[in-house]
Amino acid sequence: MVKARAIKEILLLNILRLSAIAIMLSFFIILYFLAVEGLKVLSISFLIERPRAGMTEGGIMPALLGTFYLTLGAIIVAFPLAVFTAIYMTEYAYTQSKTMQAVRIAVNTLAGVPSVVYGLFGFAVFVKVFGFGVSILAGSLTIAILLLPILIRATQEALFAVPNSFREASFAVGATKWQTIRMVVLPASAPGILTGVILSISRAAGETAPIMFTAVTFFTIALPDSIFSEVMALPYHIYGLMTEGAVPEKQVPIAYGTALVLVLLVLSLSLTAIIIRIRLRKQKKW
Amino acid sequence: MTRATKDKIIEWGITLIALTSVISFLGIAVVLFAQGLPAFNFVGLWDFLTGRGWHPTHVYEPEFGILPLIMGTLWVAAGALIITVPFGVGAAIYISEVARPAVKDVIKPIIELLNSVPSVVMGFIGLLILAPAVMNLFNLPVGLTIFTASVMLALLYMPYVVSIAEDALNAIPMSLREASYAVGANKMETITKVVLPAAFPGVSTAVILGGGQMIGETMIVLMVAGGAAMVPTSFFEPARPMTATIAAEMGETVVGGDHYHALFAIGIVLFVITLILFILVNLIEKKFRREKLW
Repeated sequence: MVKARAIKEILLLNILRLSAIAIMLSFFIILYFLAVEGLKVLSISFLIERPRAGMTEGGIMPALLGTFYLTLGAIIVAFPLAVFTAIYMTEYAYTQSKTMQAVRIAVNTLAGVPSVVYGLFGFAVFVKVFGFGVSILAGSLTIAILLLPILIRATQEALFAVPNSFREASFAVGATKWQTIRMVVLPASAPGILTGVILSISRAAGETAPIMFTAVTFFTIALPDSIFSEVMALPYHIYGLMTEGAVPEKQVPIAYGTALVLVLLVLSLSLTAIIIRIRLRKQKKW
Repeated sequence: MTRATKDKIIEWGITLIALTSVISFLGIAVVLFAQGLPAFNFVGLWDFLTGRGWHPTHVYEPEFGILPLIMGTLWVAAGALIITVPFGVGAAIYISEVARPAVKDVIKPIIELLNSVPSVVMGFIGLLILAPAVMNLFNLPVGLTIFTASVMLALLYMPYVVSIAEDALNAIPMSLREASYAVGANKMETITKVVLPAAFPGVSTAVILGGGQMIGETMIVLMVAGGAAMVPTSFFEPARPMTATIAAEMGETVVGGDHYHALFAIGIVLFVITLILFILVNLIEKKFRREKLW
């Protein structure tokens, strides 16, 4: 009787352990396949050359550059909006105020809106109504809206982590609310906000659906020369190589290389964010 | 200008910026409805939702029934949830209740890294690695099936479900576990009879939110679900979920045409599903808060 109970317990605990191991294992399997196939084509010239021979040879430089511009543009737009919105939500608003309720509902719902719906919105508004065309600008703005809820939540968490005693001490020496936020709260939460920004960059770089009809093209000879140019982008390049073109046996290796580059890019960003967060937790003074 | 007025102006400015989210949210709703509602001039709402034929580009008799697409979405998401729930919740329990702190410090970052793998890469792996394996393993004519998409979706959203479920478990106060041990329960009994029931609302929130993300995911279903617009009858058939339909067809449609409006109408359906899930999660949270025992 007692023994059966003990055996059952060991069994359950091991099932739990196995599910955690299975998840980690699947991650390493994915990395393994990408690394084995991707390293065959990965080289400096793969990174700095333009595609040749109808996408069957050459490198991915235009896609790398396109992803860089799109991500940069999205962060430039989303960052200030998200930080001030988070400041509003944590520092200014009363929980029960109508504005606060509306902002809270909007942020939480936006977080659940499918990325392809952002793409529809971006196409109808930025590409068509505003007349930006399929361009870096339209794509960046679309990604920026998608990033808003993610970045707002991350910033809010960073602001929440600043103890109230900091604010009270600042008020006690006569600082106004804004002075307190600018000189006490923001500096104290800066590393946390930075973590959120890095994670958002990693997210933005990997998004495909929102830029499909707003910013990218599978193939362009020209490099982007203004924010109104259409661009190639790493995630869409992978998709394009798998679905377009006529020489799959030459395109698949390039797609593996592109996928490896994209994954190394986002993983190193995420890893940086995770390391910053761990160090932050260890050296916290309060 | 006094300090107080300056502070007031800044407060207004910040409030104004905070409204960007509200404007974006309303903007998305307005645009979807403005571009999607015209679809109901040529297909009735009921026929749209329950029609079994999706042939939007047919020259003589185009059909705009999205039942196959809705069912495709539901089958793929259901399959992914069937995989995600036991593994995800199991891993969350392991991290929060069983693992030693040192082990936890290794597992959590790895699972979080899995979360940052872009969906297009998951679709790519599904297409090249999993699909051929599925084809051989189950002796199918093609490997691009609901099952294939579900597995890749499950992998993509596993970390998401793990982290929300883990938060729910961490929110259960230690005293509940201690009380359970005090009356002689072992770890297994404490987990299954005390911790899990107490964390049930939070864990179900994790599952609902995960399901919502799966319904909205685009690249994986676009690349590996097979793309056939038929109402599925098993997990080993191809399907064409709603998101995949929009992504695949938006590029080749005439702006302002019937097909264009029908794709936005599908967008409305996705948007409404998002809202329903959001309300559901809020209801659970509210009920949970009222009934909280500690």
